[in-house]
Parts: sequence; C-alpha cells; structure tokens
Amino acid sequence: MPDDLFDPLVWLILLPILWAVLTFLPGPGRGAVVAIVSLCLQLGCAVRLTADIIAHGARTHLAGGWPAPLGIPLAADGLAAAMLVLTQAVGLAVALYARSYFRDGSSLWFWPLTGFLFAGMNGLFLSGDLFNLYVTLELVGLAAVGLVANGGKAEQAAAALRYLMASLIGSGAYLFGVALVYGACGTVALDHLAGMISAPVPPALWLAFALMAAGLLLKTALFPLHYWLPPAHGDAPAPVSALLSALVVKASFYLFLRLWLGPFACLVALAPMLAWLPALLGSAAVLYGSWMAIRAERLKMLIAYSTVAQLGYLFLIFPVFGGGALALQAGLLHATAHGTAKAAMFIAAGTLIRVGENDSVRGMAGVANQLPVTLFAFALAGVSLMGLPPSGGFLAKWLLIDAALSSGQLWIAVVAITGGLLASVYIFRVLHLAFRVPDGREELRPRPVPAAMEWTALLLATASVGLGLFAMPLFALLERVGT
Amino acid sequence: MTVNELLPLAVIASSLIPGLIIFTLPERQVAVRTTLNLAGAVTKILLTGLLLIGVVSGESFAVRYTVAPGLELVFKADALALLFVSLSATLWLFTTLYAIGYLEQAPHRSRFFGFFSLCVTATMGIAMAGNLFTFFIFYELLTLTTFPLIVHRGNAKALRGGTVYLGYTLGGGAVLLVGIVWLHHLAGQTDFVQGGMTALLDSAPRLHLQAIFLLLIAGVGVKAALVPLHGWLPQAMVAPAPVSALLHAVAVVKAGAFGVVRIVYEIYGIESARNLDLLAPLAMVAGVTILWGSGRALFQDDLKKRLAFSTVSQVSYIVLGVALFGMAGTVGGLAHLVHQGVMKITLFFCAGNYAESLGIHKVSEMNGGGRRMPLTSLAFAIGALGMMGAPMTAGAVSKAWLNQGAMDAGMDWAVWVLTGSSLLNAAYFLPILYRLWLRPAPAEWPHERIPARGWRETDWLLLLPPLATAGTVLLASLFADAAISPLSLARLIGRMEYLEPSP
Amino acid sequence: MSSGLLFAIVGCLLFVFGLGGVILLDHLLRRILAFNLMGSGTFLVLVGLAQRDGTPDPVPQAMVLTGIVVAVAATALALALARRLHTGASNPPPPANPTCRDDRHA
Repeated sequence: MPDDLFDPLVWLILLPILWAVLTFLPGPGRGAVVAIVSLCLQLGCAVRLTADIIAHGARTHLAGGWPAPLGIPLAADGLAAAMLVLTQAVGLAVALYARSYFRDGSSLWFWPLTGFLFAGMNGLFLSGDLFNLYVTLELVGLAAVGLVANGGKAEQAAAALRYLMASLIGSGAYLFGVALVYGACGTVALDHLAGMISAPVPPALWLAFALMAAGLLLKTALFPLHYWLPPAHGDAPAPVSALLSALVVKASFYLFLRLWLGPFACLVALAPMLAWLPALLGSAAVLYGSWMAIRAERLKMLIAYSTVAQLGYLFLIFPVFGGGALALQAGLLHATAHGTAKAAMFIAAGTLIRVGENDSVRGMAGVANQLPVTLFAFALAGVSLMGLPPSGGFLAKWLLIDAALSSGQLWIAVVAITGGLLASVYIFRVLHLAFRVPDGREELRPRPVPAAMEWTALLLATASVGLGLFAMPLFALLERVGT
Repeated sequence: MTVNELLPLAVIASSLIPGLIIFTLPERQVAVRTTLNLAGAVTKILLTGLLLIGVVSGESFAVRYTVAPGLELVFKADALALLFVSLSATLWLFTTLYAIGYLEQAPHRSRFFGFFSLCVTATMGIAMAGNLFTFFIFYELLTLTTFPLIVHRGNAKALRGGTVYLGYTLGGGAVLLVGIVWLHHLAGQTDFVQGGMTALLDSAPRLHLQAIFLLLIAGVGVKAALVPLHGWLPQAMVAPAPVSALLHAVAVVKAGAFGVVRIVYEIYGIESARNLDLLAPLAMVAGVTILWGSGRALFQDDLKKRLAFSTVSQVSYIVLGVALFGMAGTVGGLAHLVHQGVMKITLFFCAGNYAESLGIHKVSEMNGGGRRMPLTSLAFAIGALGMMGAPMTAGAVSKAWLNQGAMDAGMDWAVWVLTGSSLLNAAYFLPILYRLWLRPAPAEWPHERIPARGWRETDWLLLLPPLATAGTVLLASLFADAAISPLSLARLIGRMEYLEPSP
Repeated sequence: MSSGLLFAIVGCLLFVFGLGGVILLDHLLRRILAFNLMGSGTFLVLVGLAQRDGTPDPVPQAMVLTGIVVAVAATALALALARRLHTGASNPPPPANPTCRDDRHA
C-alpha cells in the first residue's frame, strides 16, 4: 500500500543497510556523499516519525505482516523517536566532519561500517521483541568494534579486541536471559511480556533479569565494568570516538531502560532496593570517571573518561522514578545533551589534535589560539557537560535534582552537583590552556582547516546548549512512552 | 509580541549582538569594534531610559517563555531591576571608553571586548530576571563570561587568579542551585513577587525555609563577597583595570548583592524574613564583613588590593541595609547599590590610570602623584571622600539613611559598625590623599608609559571616565531629591516592597 | 529425566564454563573458543525449550539459527583481530597522498 511504502519506520532501517552496501562496493575510502545524503533522508524520516507520534501516539509495524510471536514487530514510542532523532542528527554532523577528516584517505572502510552501525542502532530503537533486540545489539557491537579497528594500527587492534570481548560477554549474557524469558513466558514480544509477568515471579525470570541487566551494564560501561571504554574511545579516530561515545553506549542504556520500564517493571516493583545498585555504581562512575579525567595526560583519554563519568549520571535516575515523570525526563534529556556535547567535543578534539600534531592535554596551548571556532565549540560542549546554564546538561541536572527531592533521595542530588563541579575541573584544565600566553617554544604556524570540520563541531555544541532552551518537543514525546 | 515584551529583550540584545559580532572581527579593525561597542552602549542607555519612564508611570514590562513543564524563563523590568540596569548601562558606557583607551595595542582585544559585552549581557539578565530560575541562568553565565576577562593577560598569575575565582564562584553556584531547586520543589515556582511568596511561607516547615535561605544566601554571598566567601576578590585583581572596574562596580559583586536584595524582599518578603529570624544573622554577617574588609584594607600596600578589600566592606553596606527592617534601611541599602558603584568605579579608573601612565601599583609609590596627575587625583579624592561618607558625596547620603535604618530597626550596634567603618575608611584613604598631594614626587616614576605634555596628564580616554563618574558622585548627593536620582528610585522601590505601611 | 531438562542443564553448564573461560583465560584463541562454548550453551537451552511440548516449537529454532550466524560473524571478527594483533600487520596501506601522515593517527 502506498502509505506503508513510505513508512518512516521501515526506511530508517533499510536506508542505512542500502548505503552500507553502496559505499562498500566502490572500494575503501569512498562513499561519503552517499552516506551524507542518506543520513539527511534518515533525519527527515525520524522527524516525521516524531511528529506522527506526538500527534497520534505510539506506533507499531509488523515486518512482512507476520504477527508475533513468529513475526518481527517494530514499535516506536516517544522514547524511541527521541533516540532516533538524536542518532540521525549526531550521525549527520559527524558524517559531514568525517568527510573532511578522512580526506587523506585513512578512512578505509569507515563508511560501510558506519552504515551497518546505523542500521543496527535504528533497528534497536525500533525493535519490539527481545530477540530482535539481541540481533541489533550484536550488529551494533560488531560494527562498532570494526570501526575501532579500522585504522589498522596495533594499539587499535588491541583496544578493539578488548571491546569485542566485552561486547560478546554482554550480549552472550543477554541472549541467555532471552532464552530464559522464552522458557518462562513462551513469548519474547515486549508488549505481550509486560502484561504477562506478574507476582509471583518464577526464579528463571529473576535470573534472566540479572543476566540481561549485567550484560547491558557491561555494554554501557557502567563502573566497574567500564574497563574497555577508555582505550576504545581514546585510541579510535575522532569521528569514530564521537559516534561511540555519543550514540553506541546510549543504545544499550536505552535497552536497559526499556527492560526496566517494560517487561521487568513487576520485578522492580517487588524489589525497589534493586534500583539502588545502578545508582550506587553510577555515583562511583561519576566520581571515578571525573577523577581519571582530571589526571589524564592525553586529550582523548580525558574525554573518554568524561564519558565514563557522564554515563554514571544516567543511572542515577533509577531510584527516583517514584517522583513522577521527572526521572525519565531527566534521563532522556541528559542522554540527548550528552550525546550532542560529547560528539562535539570529540570532533573538536580531533581537529585540535590534527592541527597541533600533538595529542596531549598540555599540547593544546599553542593550537587553541589558532582555531577559535573549534575552541569555542569545545567550550560550549564543556558548558553542557558541566551542567551550567543555559544548556541541556543543566536542565537535565535540574530535573534530576528535582526528582531526587521528590523521592526523598537527597544523596542523588549531592552526587549530581559534585559531578558537575568535578567536570568543571577537567574541562577548565583544557580551556585554561587556550588563554595561556604561549612561550616561544610553541610555533604558531597557521594551518588551513576545512570549514566543515570546525563548523560541525560548533553546530553540535550549539545543539547541546540549545536543548536547554528548546526542549519542549522532547517533553511532548515523553508523554507518549509505552504502547 | 508587544512592545512591552520586546523592550527587556532588546536591552539584552543591545550588548549580546555587538558582543557576538566583535568575536568575529580581526584584531586590527579597531574602528568597527569601537563603533559596535559604543553603539551598543548608547542603545542600551536609550532603551533603559524608555523603560524607566515606563515604570515610573506604572507600566509593566514582562515576557515569559516555557523551557520545561513547570519551568519558565521570565524577564521582568520592574523598578528594582531598573535600578541595577541603569547603573550597569551607564557605567558600561564609561568602562567601554576607558577600556578602549587602556587596552590600546594590547593583544586579543576582539576576544576581550566580545566577552566584555557578554558580561554586561549577563548582568542585564540578572537584573531583569523575573524568577530565581532565570536569575540562576544568567548568574552562572556571568561567571563564565568574566573568567576570560580575568585571565586575559595569560600569565601564570592571571591563570591562578582565574582558577581561584572559578573555584569560589562555581562552588557558590552549586550551593545556590540546590537552594533554588529545593524552593521550586516546595513552591512549584520561584517567581520574584513584591512582598514575597506569602502563600508558601505560611505552609512550609520553618526549618526548611531557614535552610533554603542559608543555601541561597551562601550561593549569592560568594559573588557578594560576604566573609568568609570573599577570598576570590583580592585574587581577581590580576585582571586589567577595566575588568576590575567592571567587576567591582557594575557586574559581579553587585550581582551578588542584588541577589541578596531579591531573595530577601521578593522571595521571602521582609516581614516573613523577620518572622523566620533570618534578618538578624544576615545583619551580623554583613557587619562582620564590613569591619573585616575595612580592617584588611588598612594593611594592603598594593593599591588594587586595598580597593578590593574596600569593596568587600562597602558591598556589605547594601546587605546590611537589606537586613535592617524598616523603610530607611531598605532605601539606604538600595541607594548604596548605585552610589557605591559610581564611587568604586571612579577609584578603580584612577588606580588604572596611575598604573598605566606611571607604573604605580603600590600605595607607597604614590608620593607626589597629585601634582603629576592632578585631575586623576581629584577624581580619586572625590571617590575616597565618598567612601568615607564625607558631606556632599553620594556616600554620605546612603550612610545617613543606613544609620537611620539601624536605629529604626533597633539594631544600634549597626550604627557603631557603620561609624567604625567610616573611621577605617578614613584611615586607609586619607594617607593616600596625603601622599598624593603633600609628599614630594620621586625622581623617576616606576614605569612612565604616557609622558605628560603640557596640560595633558594622560590619554583623554583614560581621563574622561573617572572625571565623569566622580562628577556623578557629587551630583547624586546634590540632586538626591530629584525625581530621577538613585535615592528617589530607591524610595519608590522601598515603598513597594513592604506589605504593611512601615514604621 | 526428560530430554528437555537434560538439554537445559547441560546448556547452563556450558554457558557457565564458557563465561568463566572468556573472563578468566588469558590466551586469545582459548577465549574465542570459550565464547563459542557460551553460545553453544545458550543454543542448547533454546533447543531444549523447542522440544518441551509434543510438537517442536519453531521460534527457538529460528532463534538458534540466527544466533549461530551471529556467533560465526563475531568469531570471524575476533579471529581477524587476533591475527592482526599477533602479526602487527595492517591491510594494504592507504593510497599515497601528500597530506597524509602515517605515523600520527588521531
């Protein structure tokens, strides 16, 4: 039917697969333009889907017309739509950056791998059953590992291998959990499961929840399972780090959140103390990640540890779901603000490192003055990460503190505030250097930088700050969560 | 969008847009940059004038914007806002002129003037904020935009000063945020309402309200340099003189004091604040700060540090005025907000002149400066006399009201504090005047950069602003009863803040 | 003991051994083998589930087939990376380009 032919749900998954193949065929290093055009179309689809959901509520689509449990249902509600828009928007900006960044030909198979990455991520956000989520999760993991290893250097191979092992453990545990769920309930469709699981809950389901949660927490690099993230994000090329930190880790977080709110909501209601575990680990992540970022020698390591800390924030929302809609708003806003800000920061760092030919934090002193637009982008992104107004990070922090006060969990507010202050220490470590008068050792050789590299960083950083003022569509979407 | 809604936004835009454009200008385009700066400053003054006329005739200027469910960005140009706005707008013009003269040939001027404009934008936002949420946004923006100004010189000392500044202000901001969110959580909104949020205050538990007050005051107290949160202010003296002038007279410190005013009058309300036993501790903290600041100033040889501690002391006059229950105290505090601004900026302009023309940074080097730079020293003398509360200066006017307010509130110890402070002020300013006029000049100045030529003692751009502001110090006192004087505006505001007719 | 229960128990054991192997072993190839063991354990559980009623249930069988494909792909990637790590060699160097700097990646 003509209507179904242009269903944005379907094209969001099909398009990336198409351009992944199309960019693979011409050989290594080609295909940037195809990818960018396609990402524009995907962004259009995501926006259209968002408008649709705000107007009419959550949507489903049955692949091939086959109903569950045999068929693969696709489902999109407010939360999924928000993540989809974030993914396509950040992806488009990073793709524009990567086109200029990889002009020297070092991209090899960046474009096909990114295509599969997006296919997997879009599929993950749109999947309606646990097993399809496993498949897309695995696709995302493998594509991400491929991207990390793409450069061809030995240290990248080591980081990629460590990432791969962690990813496989995570999804292996998840799959076993899916098997247990199927054994206990006879279906893996999310909407059926939500109604099916009620007290008393069989032990198999508790085990399933534990395994799936553990696997997803490993994939989201929650302390202390974060060990694979800093080498992977720190050693990869800048556009890859941006995609990984901004989007890939958010995918597994989204899945964890989906499980928490959907099928396993009954288990959570039976044992409310469960929520403390991710929150405590999240607090430790905030403190540890910030501490390591403050001490990092290399710029990209600093930013990678910052990701570890910021991911900890996301898990602080779990004990405060009692405070109403605030917790979900805080979590989603933080994920979106962090996604845009971290991507901006990584690609700004990529430009700075390439021009300065030096990847240490100290080395930023000379080059920062040559690239004012990039530095400003870095600073703006930093403002959002520190949670200073008027950014999206600030609004997320406000909502989190409000939710914490509503549920009486004051310690979460304290962690949020402390995290913000620690973030300002490591952000200003870098920004300080921009104001330092360079002593004669640092040459100020002007070097032309493609405009796309500087302005995509600024665009993303501005988006992160703009979220603090223009977040109302996000809140409208969140009213449409759940089918 | 009506004109009334547009005007507050236009005031903010009048420095935001030139600031953003200036960032993109190359260093050598001095003329374009100067034009933008001055055009912005003049536009802002004109718009402020329009707003003042409107407010005095009873119009309201407010605009709201929903950021999140239950959270609104509100700009409201009421009489209290305009007190601060008019001070900032006028002094911004003078400081811009001064900065243009001071930073001639200095590096990174585009960056400097860009952040300079953004700093004033943030100040305008603080002044016109209609609720604590909006206030906080611009409060933190002020921190972010003043940091590059403080570390402008880029040497190790400047960076260290900047780090200390950030440590204090970001910490204060964190505490303030907790207080604001807590208040919002209890009340559902944080709007500034004349007379305070009476509905909330009747229903919420006393301890909670007192705790929130402590958090809020501690948060704004960092910028207002209340003891013991004042440590950043002397360290921030590493900034170039125009920045010190701006920080101490116009932007940062005043923003903190303004925050205290808003919180006491329009969040809690003066009557409720008294009922919650909040005014007495606040007055005591202010008293301690006044004496401590003046005391420390006595022992500083560095001129700017002496002025810094003097600021610590003088800004607490405003806080003291706020904490004194009674119309006179209120009026005294609010008037002093403006008066202290003009007086302090005069002093900092002059300090900058001494440093720039003669290389003088210490009080001990100022011998004979009066004869070499008579006009600058005259302006300095007027400012110093104002600080001491000498007759015919603005300082005398506000001190008189504050003394009256102390007696009205039954806090006679405050009169002793004020008197003590005046004596200390005399003790650290009179020796400077003595050195300037009555001691012989040294054979050679430390670093004479701008040689005297006939009548000319220094660059006219550096001379005009201090003379103008010194003149304002005198005018504010001589014409204190005129309709548009700071004192009259303070009295207008004071009348509106009290729920019942005050004693 | 029914065959379904047997499959389930053996599957769990295999999963646990495999998981332990991936986490605790040092040798790269053995870890990859352990991962495959983990996968096999899961598949065995699923196959057991497929035959717990009289008629075979197609859904777990489909899951197992998909799972095997995914495991093969993942194993291939792991082996390729292990080989690259071992030999330190990269694939053919990128095309020669005057602005290219081999020794610095960012």
